[in-house]
Amino acid sequence: MNSLLEVRNLRVEFPTRRGTLVALDDVSFAIEPGEVLGVVGESGAGKSMTGAAIIGLLEPPGRIAGGQILLEGRRIDNLPYEEMRRIRGRHIGAIFQDPLTTLNPLYTIGRQLVETITTHLPLNPAQARERAIEWLELVGIPAARDRIDAYPHQFSGGMRQRVVIALALCAEPKLIVADEPTTALDVSIQAQVIALLKRLAREKGTAMMLVTHDMGVIAETADRVAVMYAGRVAEIGPVREVVKHAKHPYSSGLMASIPPLDRRVDKLAAIDGSMPRLSAIPQGCAYNPRCPQVMERCRQQRPDLLPAGETRAACWLYAHD
Amino acid sequence: MTETPMLETRDLARFFDVSRPPLQRLLAREGKRTLRAVDGVSFSIPKGTTLSLVGESGCGKSTVARLVVGLYSASRGDVRFDGQDLHAARRDPAQRSRMQMIFQDPYASLNPRWRVLDIIAEPIRAFGLVKGDAAQRERVAELLTQVGLSPLDGVKFPHEFSGGQRQRISIARALSSNPEFLVCDEPTSALDVSVQAQILNLMKELQSRLGLTFLFISHNLAVVRQVSDRVGVMYLGRIVEMAPAETLFTSPRHPYTRALMEAIPDLEMSGRQRMPVGGEVPSPIDPPSGCAFHPRCPLANDRCRAERPELKAHALTETACHAVEEGRG
Amino acid sequence: MMRRFFDSDIWWSFTRSWVTIISAIVAAICIFGAVLSPWIAPHNPFDLTSIDLMDAFKPPAFSEGGDARFPLGTDNQGRDVLSAIMYGAQVSLLVGFAATLFAVLLGVTLGLLAGYLGGTVDALLMRIADIQLTFPSILVALLIDGIVRAALPREMHDQIALYVVIFAIGISEWPKFARTVRGSTLVERNKEYVLAARVIGLGQGAIMLRHVLPNVLGPVLVIGTLNLALAILAEATLSFLGVGVPPTQPSLGTLIRFGNDYLFSGEWWITIFPGLALIIMVLSVNLLGDWLRDALNPKLR
Repeated sequence: MNSLLEVRNLRVEFPTRRGTLVALDDVSFAIEPGEVLGVVGESGAGKSMTGAAIIGLLEPPGRIAGGQILLEGRRIDNLPYEEMRRIRGRHIGAIFQDPLTTLNPLYTIGRQLVETITTHLPLNPAQARERAIEWLELVGIPAARDRIDAYPHQFSGGMRQRVVIALALCAEPKLIVADEPTTALDVSIQAQVIALLKRLAREKGTAMMLVTHDMGVIAETADRVAVMYAGRVAEIGPVREVVKHAKHPYSSGLMASIPPLDRRVDKLAAIDGSMPRLSAIPQGCAYNPRCPQVMERCRQQRPDLLPAGETRAACWLYAHD
Repeated sequence: MTETPMLETRDLARFFDVSRPPLQRLLAREGKRTLRAVDGVSFSIPKGTTLSLVGESGCGKSTVARLVVGLYSASRGDVRFDGQDLHAARRDPAQRSRMQMIFQDPYASLNPRWRVLDIIAEPIRAFGLVKGDAAQRERVAELLTQVGLSPLDGVKFPHEFSGGQRQRISIARALSSNPEFLVCDEPTSALDVSVQAQILNLMKELQSRLGLTFLFISHNLAVVRQVSDRVGVMYLGRIVEMAPAETLFTSPRHPYTRALMEAIPDLEMSGRQRMPVGGEVPSPIDPPSGCAFHPRCPLANDRCRAERPELKAHALTETACHAVEEGRG
Repeated sequence: MMRRFFDSDIWWSFTRSWVTIISAIVAAICIFGAVLSPWIAPHNPFDLTSIDLMDAFKPPAFSEGGDARFPLGTDNQGRDVLSAIMYGAQVSLLVGFAATLFAVLLGVTLGLLAGYLGGTVDALLMRIADIQLTFPSILVALLIDGIVRAALPREMHDQIALYVVIFAIGISEWPKFARTVRGSTLVERNKEYVLAARVIGLGQGAIMLRHVLPNVLGPVLVIGTLNLALAILAEATLSFLGVGVPPTQPSLGTLIRFGNDYLFSGEWWITIFPGLALIIMVLSVNLLGDWLRDALNPKLR
């Protein structure tokens, strides 16, 4: 039985004049049907790039330099542009941080929805329009029948993101790649959008890759979580385990540095230093200069994902040899 | 006798004219449009303490920050800085050097063409605090060390630093005029969470060591809880609830404050079902009648739709809510 | 400092483009040839004692009847065309540079003021710029030249003609710079580093000069380079029409006009060579400007 999505040893490179930067290195994970995988990390960790590589929208000069991406067992990382475009609408839906980059400002939202539906589903325009109205109601646009012929700028930011969600889901894809879908929204709107995404994913059985820097959003929404650092997966496992008993020193440091809402602490547990630039990733484990538990081996050899309790962590602490 | 507060505002308001150009306005037959960004905000910050203003985008918190350092002039009300009128204080370099500001965007708050040394030394030179090149360099080196950077970093340009390091440079610049009052406008919002913790720790440490007074602006309630003595919650240009930090977080009273806390994703994973507040923040150009929160408020009644509630004290908390006042909350 | 330059992205993008390198070399040859013409030109076309009317209308050295002393031939008075081109290029370049510099100074100052101060100052300056932009710049230059000619006596006009041309071309080009600088200033003035300077209480003048100005000059360099080419052409046009530099200081445009009379009587070289020189000079400067625009535009990198 194949996973819905499988990413194997993915490597993404950026050729620059000062040499080739490795933005993603040996990234592997899988998403099962109906599952929500959270991908979390700080800026520059490569989480958005992983999403972009999967939907075939890496920004040039970035390119996949190794590994495979399989959707239902079929390779999609080497498809020609046109074929990938069809997969993107029908099998993988995409939601980005800024709804304005997804919506065409010149067309009504109804036209964009109907176009997507008729392209991918065997419906005539009238049926597609009815389906579009149903979707708008489903994502919580009030008076959907009246507002379907409105233009994107006539909606507020939160409403626009709802339209984008409808657009991503209306062709009934099996997988949604959502890149920071709530980051640009206010807290109260953010909560509404997360609740909506969660409900739709569950009702429609859609799997989701949820890329975000907000651990709270992941904790609420995801089944499993992958923590990324400097273009590599540092830890991957069930969300409860990673949030409460993180095994990798980076994941536990990250969790500890989140300010708690329910109490005041005198000194927050910060991680010293900052994530290395792609041009200066240290030898061995990329986290070793900041790691409080660093060992000699960490400076020399790069750890693979190793079983660590219920999760897997790329850390020599869990080597049994 | 009580000590003079570091900063005090009374009925502070700032309106922006967002009308279209006169000709278009005539053609569309519409009047002038005014955005009431801040509309009647009063608070005081005792010396050595931190007051935070929280709220969602468009609530006016950043406008308040800019008003109290004189970047905007007030449309109504007044600001007193250590007992003096803000305008008078801004005209006097000796007073002006006592207030400084830290900004949100570490990529826009440092002039990209200047060396870090010159960026940090700018206030020193502007106020003539340290004479002589060598002495200035020494002072800059001291400031860089104080914010956790190396004195050797002075010769570099801003683009050579990460976001967190740039925010440290911003803090060093703000400290260079030996200020007593710092306005921090979302100082960690653009930073990653592990770096945010570093910067918050640094700010708290500097406050206790230098006895600084902070006005802290943020949309992040968890961050606010870590740094504040008092917290004011803003909605559409007004403060709807103001209380000591502990009180506000343990027993929020205003329905909006409660909704905000409810909206924050739960890291404890208690599995509790959250009930996010419905609707969106209305436009400050055309705010709802009565209490601005009434269209989203589960407790709203006819009085809330008609009459605007004033801030009233109950024990330690001040709330602007009819429902709380009537005991319906 | 030098090391930083050779390590920079600009230098890197320069070395990647053959067209740009060739343009730069050609432009450098043009500038050196023009500036050093008194020392390296084979003849002095203004030294009447060295000119022999017997040498008139000699074709270029490479064609039949050519004379090795005159590589590109001679004109109707026996002057060496190559030397005349080198001296003429000097005048053309001088006017081009000076006019562009004048337009830059005026445009940047007014654009910075309009963008930073806003309000009435902005509205007033930009309306003036709008009005001026509705006239073709050559028309503006012609108008100014006409006024000066009518107002001043002949010999006085000849004396200051060079400055009039510089002023006329410069004044007709300033709105471009003002608009660009105003646009960038509007963006920069709201950035937080400017707010930080305002919190310290720095004066408006100091903020404009020390903070805003260095950050709005990038596009000015690009437009300035492209404008240099335009200014050289404008000067040539004015001189071709006979209202430009005085005949005592012939520029490339003047040479083309003189030679034009002989184009159809067979002595094509008198006008064609100055024309070619003008094209090569303008094209190389223009290509450099194009490259600079691409190199400084982060979106195209």
